[in-house]
Amino acid sequence: MLLEIKDLNAGYGEIKALFDVDLTLNQGSTLALIGSNGAGKTTLLRCITGLIKPNNGYINFNGDNIEGCKPHDIATKGIAMVPEGRRLFPSLTVEENLLMGMCNNREQEWTLEKVYNLFPALKVFRKKMATVLSGGQQQMVAVGRALMANPRLLLCDELSLGLAPVVVKDIYRTLKTVTKTGLSLIIVEQDINQAIVASDTFLCICEGKVVMSGTRETADRSLIANAYFGN
Amino acid sequence: MIAWIDTLIQGLLLGGFFALSGLGLSLSFGIMRIVNIAHGDFLVMAAYLCLVVSSLTGMNPLLAIVVVTTLMFLFGYGLQKTILNKSIDGGELSPLLITFGLSIILHNVLQEFFSADAKSLDVGAFEVASLNIGQINIGWLPITIFFVSLVVYTILHQIVESTRFGMIVRAIVDDAETTSLMGINTKKINCLGMGLSMAIVGIAGTFFGIKSPFFPLAGGLQLLFAFEAVIIGGMGSIWGTLLGGISLGIAQSIGYRIGSGWGEFAGHLVFFLFLLLKPSGLLSKETSHV
Ligand SMILES: Nc1ncnc2c1ncn2[C@@H]1O[C@H](COP(=O)(O)OP(=O)(O)OP(=O)(O)O)[C@@H](O)[C@H]1O
Ligand SMILES: [Mg+2]
Repeated sequence: MLLEIKDLNAGYGEIKALFDVDLTLNQGSTLALIGSNGAGKTTLLRCITGLIKPNNGYINFNGDNIEGCKPHDIATKGIAMVPEGRRLFPSLTVEENLLMGMCNNREQEWTLEKVYNLFPALKVFRKKMATVLSGGQQQMVAVGRALMANPRLLLCDELSLGLAPVVVKDIYRTLKTVTKTGLSLIIVEQDINQAIVASDTFLCICEGKVVMSGTRETADRSLIANAYFGN
Repeated sequence: MIAWIDTLIQGLLLGGFFALSGLGLSLSFGIMRIVNIAHGDFLVMAAYLCLVVSSLTGMNPLLAIVVVTTLMFLFGYGLQKTILNKSIDGGELSPLLITFGLSIILHNVLQEFFSADAKSLDVGAFEVASLNIGQINIGWLPITIFFVSLVVYTILHQIVESTRFGMIVRAIVDDAETTSLMGINTKKINCLGMGLSMAIVGIAGTFFGIKSPFFPLAGGLQLLFAFEAVIIGGMGSIWGTLLGGISLGIAQSIGYRIGSGWGEFAGHLVFFLFLLLKPSGLLSKETSHV
């Protein structure tokens, strides 16, 4: 098992956002994390990446307990994130944004060349500031930057937000080819269909609690929809 | 006419010094978001450091700059590592209070070791040598300070724009949290940033000690000048601080020409007008970064 989370509780000061969350993820598989606005999806990813210190519970990644570790240490262990809203660096060019991904000094499998092969559209804009690109291209930069970190686990927070359906499809297709190399993935989406189709297992959270989990084959859309809205 | 040209040239050169001293302040704010209240006192500390180094080794202060700059880099690195990195976790006010405390401690320490009497750094005949062009006399010392300042700005620009460290610094200025997700220990970068800031303060402080007598409490006014240069230029913009420093120098120079008591006042007035009419300064964040 690559990632195992048990009894995770976390929040923002007095506000509690996650209650006794359990999650497991195998090497090479993709997990969809679904839930409505404010369910706690982003909070869970921020716990995994060390941006939030959990109040209790544990997070085990690849044999190490990482709860409470610093974000840069966790990144170095092989977890990368495409954050909600992309969070590209506006003062950096496209290529520099991609190079930032390499700063964790993990052994190099991904290179600029490979990322440009994956997203040919980016190569033309490599010397341009990242912020002048279209939303879809910016998302490609964000994904490329995360891949450049050579992660074993990639977390994607609402990749589809604000993007045209064709672009979303394209990005997910690309991710699919990447997971063939053994990369594990957690994708966060509000769109239940989009998420389930792209994953092996799913976890539905509502108001900070896990309300349902299962595999793609056994997923029942109407039951999930009920869980999603907390019924 | 000649008198005005002379005034402008003197102002420009004086501005070179303000730009250099303002750069240290600008950097610590730009990278670490630290408003360094002790900036002027560190400048004075560097002048004393140069005094000690040159009297121990017999080195000319102009040569001792290299030693002072190195020591100040190490000092800045250590200060950030031991004290300031902890304080930035407590919000923006916390480093402000800490550096205020450091300023007071430094006053006392300097007075204890060097007494309250004014000291100066002796560079011999160079201090008064001048270049004469027609009726205009320009001191070699201000010319040197101005060009050293330009060189420091150029080197810093190269570091920020063309090195891996510079790229990481720009990323931190944009978004420190996301930078940490890239596997970068931002606190370590802060240490290097403060080291760089203090190294520049070391250069500026040595020149300060050469061009004017100094005493333990001289830092307050220097903080004010540096702060004015940064605000006029635009907070967070490196090239802005250069323009801000030069503007301040020219304003003061014109003030002095009007009357000996008017020099600093004219500088404060320009600063005040900027705060009132264009608080974002000459180059705001949109037109330039770091
Ligand atoms: N910085 C913050 N400070 C305080 N509370 C927060 C903060 N960020 C999120 N919350 C709260 O934590 C809960 C979970 O938020 P979170 O952002 O994890 O939801 P989400 O599932 O990612 O939602 P969305 O789909 O809108 O992105 C919400 O109730 C939210 O109001
Ligand atoms: Mg979210």
